[in-house]
Amino acid sequence: MRMRSGVFAFSCLLVEALGVALFLRGFFPVPVRTLPRREARGNPPAEPAPSGTGMVSNWTKIPPPVFKKVVIVLIDALRDDFVFGSKGKQFMPYTTQVVEKGTSYSFIAEAKPPTVTMPRIKALMTGSIPGFIDVIVNLNTPALLDDNLIWQAKTAGKRIIFYGDDTWVKLFPKHFVEYDGTTSFFVSDFTEVDDNVTRHLDRVLKREDWDLLILHYLGLDHIGHIMGPNSPLVGPKLREMDNVLKKIHISLLSKEQSSLPNLLVVCGDHGMSETGSHGGSSEGEVHTPLLFISSAFEKRSGPLTQPELVQQTDLASTLAVSLGLPISRNSVGKLILPVVGGKTMREQLRFVHLNGFQLSRLLQENTPAYEKDPGYERFKIAEKSHSNWIKLYLEGNNSEILLNLGKKVLKQYLEALKTLSSSLSKQVAQYDMYSMMVGSVIIMEVLLLLLLSIPKALSSQAVFEVPLSPPLFSLLFYLMCLVLCAVHVIICTSAKSLCYFCSMSWLMAVGVMMLISALMCIILSAIMRIFESSRLPVKNPIVSSFSWSEVDVLILAGTIGHVVSLGASSFIEEEHQTWYFLTTTLCLVLGQELCRNNFLLNECDPQHRTTMKQNFDAVKKASDCKNIDISAAGNSKLSKNTSSAEFIKGSDKWISLASPWIILICCRLLRSLNQTGVQWAHRPDFGHWLTRGITEARFVYVFILGIVFTGTKDLLKSQFISTDPSVKSTGLWEVYSGLVLLAALLFRPHNLPVLVFCLLIQTMMTKYIWRPLTFDAAQTTIMHYWFGQAFFYFQLWLVHISQLTKHFPEVYCVFIIATCSSYAVRIEGNSNGIATVDVSAGFVGLESYVEIPAIFFTVFATYAGPLLWAIHLLYYLSSEVKRSSTAVGHGCFCYALMHSIPVAIYIVLVTVLRYHLFIWSVFSPKLLYEGVHVFITAAICLFFTAMDQKHS
Amino acid sequence: MKGAEVGRLLTANLLCVFAITLTTFVPAFFWDGFTVLGTHLTWLCICSVCVSTFNIILHFVLKPNLTPKRSSFAHKISRFLKSCISFFMSCVLFHAIIVLYGAPLIESVAETFLLAVLLSTFTTLQCLCLLGPNIQAWIRVFTKNGATSIWESSLQITTICSILGTWFGAFPIPLDWDRPWQVWPITCSLGATFGYVAGLIIAPLWIHWNRKQLTYKSR
Repeated sequence: MRMRSGVFAFSCLLVEALGVALFLRGFFPVPVRTLPRREARGNPPAEPAPSGTGMVSNWTKIPPPVFKKVVIVLIDALRDDFVFGSKGKQFMPYTTQVVEKGTSYSFIAEAKPPTVTMPRIKALMTGSIPGFIDVIVNLNTPALLDDNLIWQAKTAGKRIIFYGDDTWVKLFPKHFVEYDGTTSFFVSDFTEVDDNVTRHLDRVLKREDWDLLILHYLGLDHIGHIMGPNSPLVGPKLREMDNVLKKIHISLLSKEQSSLPNLLVVCGDHGMSETGSHGGSSEGEVHTPLLFISSAFEKRSGPLTQPELVQQTDLASTLAVSLGLPISRNSVGKLILPVVGGKTMREQLRFVHLNGFQLSRLLQENTPAYEKDPGYERFKIAEKSHSNWIKLYLEGNNSEILLNLGKKVLKQYLEALKTLSSSLSKQVAQYDMYSMMVGSVIIMEVLLLLLLSIPKALSSQAVFEVPLSPPLFSLLFYLMCLVLCAVHVIICTSAKSLCYFCSMSWLMAVGVMMLISALMCIILSAIMRIFESSRLPVKNPIVSSFSWSEVDVLILAGTIGHVVSLGASSFIEEEHQTWYFLTTTLCLVLGQELCRNNFLLNECDPQHRTTMKQNFDAVKKASDCKNIDISAAGNSKLSKNTSSAEFIKGSDKWISLASPWIILICCRLLRSLNQTGVQWAHRPDFGHWLTRGITEARFVYVFILGIVFTGTKDLLKSQFISTDPSVKSTGLWEVYSGLVLLAALLFRPHNLPVLVFCLLIQTMMTKYIWRPLTFDAAQTTIMHYWFGQAFFYFQLWLVHISQLTKHFPEVYCVFIIATCSSYAVRIEGNSNGIATVDVSAGFVGLESYVEIPAIFFTVFATYAGPLLWAIHLLYYLSSEVKRSSTAVGHGCFCYALMHSIPVAIYIVLVTVLRYHLFIWSVFSPKLLYEGVHVFITAAICLFFTAMDQKHS
Repeated sequence: MKGAEVGRLLTANLLCVFAITLTTFVPAFFWDGFTVLGTHLTWLCICSVCVSTFNIILHFVLKPNLTPKRSSFAHKISRFLKSCISFFMSCVLFHAIIVLYGAPLIESVAETFLLAVLLSTFTTLQCLCLLGPNIQAWIRVFTKNGATSIWESSLQITTICSILGTWFGAFPIPLDWDRPWQVWPITCSLGATFGYVAGLIIAPLWIHWNRKQLTYKSR
């Protein structure tokens, strides 16, 4: 099948977009969640009443609290062996004594990765497993909006006091009656950060005016980060913690005079690895101790056994029950029964029923086929036997049999809870590796195909043969299809966890498999072809002496360097710096090229020129045989000589020499604008001159629509009726200016300088640099791409300057998520509460939230930089059609290639680094951004191809 | 003749490398607390001064210029003044380029300017020694195949290596390792120095390697 490079590039990008979508779906599992807490909440279920008879249980409300005061001591990075191992015996004598002989229950709580503090606090307090999407959706308003224990406690009128890591204060603003946040920013601070917590302790323990006290100690984590878990500093720190626990425990015991006992909970949010870091999923990182200490518990007797393994999420449900609160709706945890073991059988059954009911409701909301879930079935059976038990109980039957029967029901309930909880947590816990692999295989194949077709696609015809039919009818293709389908069936039947690709319909899956094998066969045949052609002897040694100019070297080195830099989290975080650095260097090299062009030819004698001419003639002859673009290059260099000869006259020369410097100064100004932009963004809005009212904005919309419409009309006309190229270029110019106006409308005032500078730089580039230097289409495209990227960051930094925290990338993924799905908007309600401009751009000129235009405007405002540069490139290339007729096709191909390389490499990198500490904060946002950018690039390529139609 | 010439170049360059190594050790004997990283600005000054004096001395000793013209004292003075002015201009130009690359404009001006001085010592001063304040000659040397002697080829290589070294030296700055050497402008100046040293060593070897291909036209 014969294809033009533009069409080929576009189809490649389409396939790639499919791959990226599949990969993203596998990488970001959809979190288990129900409606936000403000939505209608059902009443707690009554005790299951015996059917048939008229008896109704009078227990319809939430049971009363089990404990009076609860103290939670959270020690950051407390690993299980710090308490239960030899270190615990040595350094925590009081705690060990309580664990071994006292009234306590000890467990090992397993944390789910990412084992980083903030998601872990969320897991402890909501009982849900915060997925990535979950983390970022709430990032903009960092307060935790989900149903959680602290919120429940506050609504129930409990007074909560908090001392420790200020993440809590951010997560639960206005929830604490008294708090003192310490910062985890100074990692080398081992003592102050804990003293700041402990100093309040004596005063608070004397007082009676609180119900829940939370302490979060950071010192151990800091020691771990710097010195590791085996450092000599760990011992004294553990001893300090032991003293704190002793103080609290004794004070709690001394206060117990009334009916209800008090409870002390000791836990860690995550452990630490052997090197002292955390974030991954090694055993040391996920296993934390969990201690419940209360006088209500029975004294432990008999030999000490290995503590039981529970989930970290179980704490939320257990605490909710202990405090007499409803269990948070998103909790996937199950009640730790021993904690309420001192209560009567009826009460215990009531607790587990509440927990089971909450879990099964969560399951109902998340899985359509919930009725088939074994956990749900078990719960229903347990509920039935529970109601029978209630019937017996209400009849006054109060014997040994009832107790035994109750124990049986309890067991049934616990089984059901376990199954429910594990099937719920499976949905978020791990990466869907299979979908990720399929997606990345597709992307890598597309990249290979693009790379293999570089020589053909950039040839002077820009048309090439895609070997489609021979591979499609080969035996290899069918064999591969069969094997892949077999693999698919095997993986899907054996997979324990939920897998998106498996849950697709089989027709789709087979289609994807066929696509993969077809791509594979095409690649193989392309490689064969290259081998065949390389076996022919190379006749012309002159071609090999085709020398690289500085710009070529820079472009190659820059592309490779950028791709390599994606492997380091710091470079991703500072990617804007990479682009600024590269564009600055590019400008300097261009300036040098211009200098040489002007000065050398100035003094260039005619003799020199003729030798050059002869040289190029030789190259041209050589390239004629080889059919590669060198002829164009030779032409261009010839014309370079002639054009610059005319060009030397006049003052243009000096402007041309100065233009790289002016561009550099513009870029530098934009950069410093970013740095000082903070004050600008906080200044009260000095009036968006276009959007002061909805009517004006609409007027501007109509105006822009008019411009774009005339542009499109001209384009269509040039496509089908007229052959006059000027019509086409006016059309393109109109579309371009329409888009510029739209950008002006959607940008915030402090972003407008970016637009102005963008226009200025584009004009200068075209007039004084591209024209005199006459690069070929590929080089021009790549340079445009670089500038587009740099401008994306110029604008982005201005956009987000108001939230320029150290967690910049997290912020920036918020709006990308909003862009992708406008999911966040729906959650927050139709407000401008999301302070990012990108979302608010979706509201310009609209009275209320309308999904499609909002998404379109948001995407446009976000990607305005790359888009404007791409359209400008198209305009420039199509005005250069006279010089080389295939410029647009080449440009399109290069654009696709330039974007495919980083995406493909990045996806492989992310897969390899998926347990990296910064995977959620640095790598994932960038992944989302790249994903959306692939779609944008596909759209741009479509436009390019449409424009290229004429010159087929 | 050519072999002897290359030998002379090699010794000169090795002496230069030796001088740079000396600047890292010797001041520590005279001044307590001197380290290249700790008191970086002092080192920058010492290194620039040392390299420039060394280059000037070498230039007078070896006299690589093939046609030393007899000229009047006044002419010499004017040449010297011109050289000084171009050196200063090149410092300012390098400073401007570094700022355009993103160095802070107002803060740490001294650091940036000293880096510019170091770069000028490594590049412009050599050109001044060899070619004199003659822009046309500079442009000739720095175009492809423009060198007319092995000294000029060596000049090309060391200059390009120093600038590339500075360029690569900027890479570790955004990394979040929080090391003492990540402070501006240590990485860049060290990159420039290493690039210069590498250039000094590579140049004679490269010329020796390619002596067949190198045919210098007389002017």
